[in-house]
Amino acid sequence: MLLIDCPFCGTRPETEFRCGGEAHIARPADPSALDDGAWAEHLFVRSNPRGLHAERWVHAHGCGRWFNAVRDTFTDRFVETYKAGEQPSHPIDDARA
Amino acid sequence: MLDRSLFARRDRPLGAAPTSNDRARVSPAPAGVRLSLRVRGAEGLSRLGLGLAINRMSAEGERFSARLGPNEWLLGAGEADLEALEAEIEAALGDRFHSVVDVSHRNVGLEISGPDAAAALNAGCPLDLGDAAFPAGSATRTLLGKAEIVLLRPTAEPLYRVECWRSFAPYVHAFLVEAARTA
Repeated sequence: MLLIDCPFCGTRPETEFRCGGEAHIARPADPSALDDGAWAEHLFVRSNPRGLHAERWVHAHGCGRWFNAVRDTFTDRFVETYKAGEQPSHPIDDARA
Repeated sequence: MLDRSLFARRDRPLGAAPTSNDRARVSPAPAGVRLSLRVRGAEGLSRLGLGLAINRMSAEGERFSARLGPNEWLLGAGEADLEALEAEIEAALGDRFHSVVDVSHRNVGLEISGPDAAAALNAGCPLDLGDAAFPAGSATRTLLGKAEIVLLRPTAEPLYRVECWRSFAPYVHAFLVEAARTA
């Protein structure tokens, strides 16, 4: 079973976690000032890289906390995990881990 | 002719009395008080187990305190102890913002003990329950089969306490009895 390193609980089995999609998506400060295209872009458009990807994860059947993880979408390897609000130490680009 | 040993064993679906296995025993725990305590910023507090590390617990008699997350604790006490425990929480936290929810009716406790208790739990729990990874004083929320449980190990003895939600209890109990029988 894949093990995921929860920043609060340590290394735990994958089945205790749920993925919440791409991380570091800032909500526009003034949504009403956006046109429909820009708002739809914020709501629906996500990157889909082959390689490192910053994602939100929740330790649903554990401490219940949300955190961020950098995962390689090609190898499914978790490169690092870090608390919500922090920045990854790995540069996120299209390069493979 | 098929060899007799290749036939699947047939178990009755209902009504079979739980067989006791000397190496792993499952028993329902007596009723008690359970409080879910949420405090943000409990740094510096030590009473009621608020100073415990995450996924650690302390126990004394019927009382226990288990830290399940950065700001979440499960507190346990005997049936008659509710008001005393609530008063202690009030005294320990003072005017800090917190929430206390009485979940005594929601939680059902089971105890599983014996040398093969960890092996029986591992039939449905993916955690490493070895002494190095899950020593005495460990407590965490996790999964058992398809049900979410809180797993407590108060002492170094091979005795684990499983707390699950009431509607999950028949499933969790049957799961553990079956796992203990074949552990």
